[in-house]
Amino acid sequence: MSAPILTLRNVSYIVRGARLLGPLNLTLSSTGITCILGPNGAGKSLFLQLAHGMLNPDSGQILWDGAPAAQTRQSRGFVFQSTPVLRRSVRANLAFSLAARLSPRKGRAALVDQALNAARLQSQAQQPAAALSGGERQRLALAQAMVAQPRAILLDEPGASLDPASRRALEDMVRQAADTGTKVIMATHDLAAARRLADDVVVFVNGAVAAQGPAAEFFTAEHPAAVADYMEGRL
Amino acid sequence: MDAMATAFGMLIGFDPTLWSVIGLSLRVSLSAVLIATLIGAPLGAILATRRFVGRQALIVVSGAFMALPPVVVGLAVYLLLSRAGPLGSLGLLFTPSAMIVAQTLLILPIITALTRQAVAPVYRDYSGLFKAHDVAPMMALRITLWDARFGVATALLAGFGRAISEVGAVQIVGGNIAGVTRVMTTTIALETSKGNLELALALGMVLILLALLINLAIIGLGRIGQRFEEARL
Amino acid sequence: MRLLALLIALCAAPLAAQERLVLGATTTTENSGLLGFILPQFSAETGIRVDVVALGTRQVLAMAANGDLDVVIVHHRPSEDTFMAAGDGDARFDLMFNDFVIIGPSDDPAQVATANTPAQAFARIGAVGAKFVSRGDESGTHLRELSLWQAAGLTPDGRWYSEVGSGMGASLNIAAALSTYILSDRSTWLSFSNRADLTLLYEGGPELRNTYALITVSAARHPHINARAAHLFAQWMTGPAGQAAIANYRLNDETLFCPITPQAGQQQGKTCAAGQN
Repeated sequence: MSAPILTLRNVSYIVRGARLLGPLNLTLSSTGITCILGPNGAGKSLFLQLAHGMLNPDSGQILWDGAPAAQTRQSRGFVFQSTPVLRRSVRANLAFSLAARLSPRKGRAALVDQALNAARLQSQAQQPAAALSGGERQRLALAQAMVAQPRAILLDEPGASLDPASRRALEDMVRQAADTGTKVIMATHDLAAARRLADDVVVFVNGAVAAQGPAAEFFTAEHPAAVADYMEGRL
Repeated sequence: MDAMATAFGMLIGFDPTLWSVIGLSLRVSLSAVLIATLIGAPLGAILATRRFVGRQALIVVSGAFMALPPVVVGLAVYLLLSRAGPLGSLGLLFTPSAMIVAQTLLILPIITALTRQAVAPVYRDYSGLFKAHDVAPMMALRITLWDARFGVATALLAGFGRAISEVGAVQIVGGNIAGVTRVMTTTIALETSKGNLELALALGMVLILLALLINLAIIGLGRIGQRFEEARL
Repeated sequence: MRLLALLIALCAAPLAAQERLVLGATTTTENSGLLGFILPQFSAETGIRVDVVALGTRQVLAMAANGDLDVVIVHHRPSEDTFMAAGDGDARFDLMFNDFVIIGPSDDPAQVATANTPAQAFARIGAVGAKFVSRGDESGTHLRELSLWQAAGLTPDGRWYSEVGSGMGASLNIAAALSTYILSDRSTWLSFSNRADLTLLYEGGPELRNTYALITVSAARHPHINARAAHLFAQWMTGPAGQAAIANYRLNDETLFCPITPQAGQQQGKTCAAGQN
C-alpha cells in the first residue's frame, strides 16, 4: 500500500469517564472509497468527527498525510446525515463554503457553477436552499463539501433518511467525487450501497475496529461472530 | 372632537411648535436607538453565540431590565447628571443630550435581549455547519447576524417604540422646557395635567400615527432588503 | 467613553450659542401662561434665553439645592425660609401675588359660602364630611391647603378626603367629575373650562393670599450657575419693566397675578383687590 492518507495511533475518546472509542490504531489508503460499517452506538460518527478534526481525541494522534488533523481541517469536507442550510439561496450556500475556506473571490463563481452541475441543482440555483427536498439538500451538502476541492471528504450516513432514488443520485455523486481523486470515507447502514461503492471496509463494534479489509474480500469472506451478527441484522 | 380637529389642523398646517416638538421627539428617540443598537446588538449577538463566565447572569439581568420603569431610569440619570452628582460637571442636565442618555439606557436591555433572541435560533441551526466548514468566529458572527436581520430589526423597532412612547425619563432629565426639551409625550402629559384632555388625546393620536409611519417605513425597507439576500460573504 | 459622548453630542445638535438662564418655576406659574408672556420681553431686552423647568414647589427647591437651577419662582414661605437658611439661596424677593379660592359644588352642602374665614370653611367641610379633593403633591397649593386644615383644628382623614397626587388642572377635573370641594389658585380656576357643577364659593382674606417669591441660587454654594444672568433677571422682574408686564398679563380679560409693586392706573381685578386687604 502506498503511504496511507489517514493514520490513527492509540486514539481514545472518553465522555464522563466512559471510554466511547478506542484505543484505536488504524490506517487508511490514500485513494478510493472506504465504507465504515457497524451497529448504532459503535462509534462510527465519533470516528468520523475525530478523523475530520472537529473533535479532539482525549489521547493519541490523528495524522493526515503525516500532519496532525487539527491543523489541516480546511482540506477536508464533511457531510452530516441531515445538514442545516443557510437561510439563503442554493448558490449562496455554495459560495459560503468557498468563503469559509478563504478561497479567493475571483474564481468563486466558476467553482460554484461547477458544483451546481455536479449536484444537478443548476435549475434551483436561485431558490432558497430551505425549499429543496431531502435528497436535493444532501446533494447540496455534498457539493458544499466538494466545492473547495478538498483532499478528502467524510460522510456520516448521508443517505439514511432518503428514498432509494435520491440515495442512488447521491451515490453517483460520491463515486464521481472519488473518481476525481478525493479520498472518500463514508459511514453507512446501507450494505447494498457499501457493496456497490466500497473499495475497502472498516467495521466498528463497541468502539473498536472489529474487521478491516478490501471490499471484494470482505463481502465474500467469513467473519468473526460479532461482525456476522451485524451483517445479518442480529445486532 | 374639536380638539381632534385642532390637533390635526396643527399637524397639516405645519404649526411650527408642534412640528418642532415632533422633530425633537424623533431626534431624541432615534439617536437613542442608534446608540443602544451599536452597543446592544453586538452584545446580544455575543450572548447568543459565545459561552463565557457570567453569560447566564447577563442574560437574566438584561431580561429583567427590560421592565425598568422609565421614571426610575430618569431619576437615576438625573442623580448622575445633577450638579450635585458625579457627572454634574458635564452640564448635560435639561438638554436633549440628557434625554438621549436616559432613553439609551432605558432601551439597551430590550435591544440586547431581543437581538439575542433573534440570533440564538439561527446560530443553533448554523453551528453544525460552521463546525463542519471550520468557519472563523468573525465570519460566523457576520453570517448569523445578517441572516437574523429581520428579528434584529424587530428588536430595534421594539426599542424605538419604548423610547418614543415614554414620558417619565425625559420629563425628569429634560425638564420639559418649551422649545428646548419638550417632546410629544411630555406635551401630552402637560396638557393632561392642565385639564385639556381632548387636546392631549388628539396629540396622542398624532404620536401613534407617527409610530405607525415609522413601522411601515422599516417594513418597506425590509421588503427592499430581501432583494439583497446574499450579503457579501 | 469619549467616543460615546461625542456621538451623543452630535445627535443632540448644539443649541444656539445664546446665554442661557435656567428658571425653576411652579406649575401654576407656568401653566397660567404668565411666563410665556413675560419672558420673551426679558429675552428681547437682554438677549438671555430663559429655559423654564416647571415643577412643584418642593421639587423646584430640591433641584435648586442640587445646583441644577439658576433662579426659582416658588410660593411657599416656610420652604423658602428653609432654603435660604440652608445657604442655597443668594437673595429672596417678593415678586407678585394672587390668591387661592375655595371651589365646590353649587349646592354647597358644607355652607362654605357663608363662612367668615377660610379656616372656618374648612372646619365646616370636615365636620360634615363633605367630599374634598386634595392635590396631595406637596405643591405650594397643597401645602397651603394643609395649613388651612391645621388652622381649622383637624386632620383630614376618611373616605371624604381624596389625595390625587396631580397637578391643578387634573385635580380640578377630578373634583368636577366627583362634585367635590377643592382649593385652587385663582388663575388656574379662571382658565379651567371643564367646570361641570363646580362654582367659586369662598374668596378673599389674608389667609388665602398667595405670595410668589423669586430666589436667586447662591453662587457661593454652587459656583457654576449663571449668577450674572440670575441677578439681571431678578432686577428686571422686580423692577418697573417686569412688574408692569406681570400686571399686563390677562387671561379671559382678568388679571391673574398682581405685582408686588402696585402699578398706577392699572385696572384692579379681584386678585389685586383681594390681596391688598
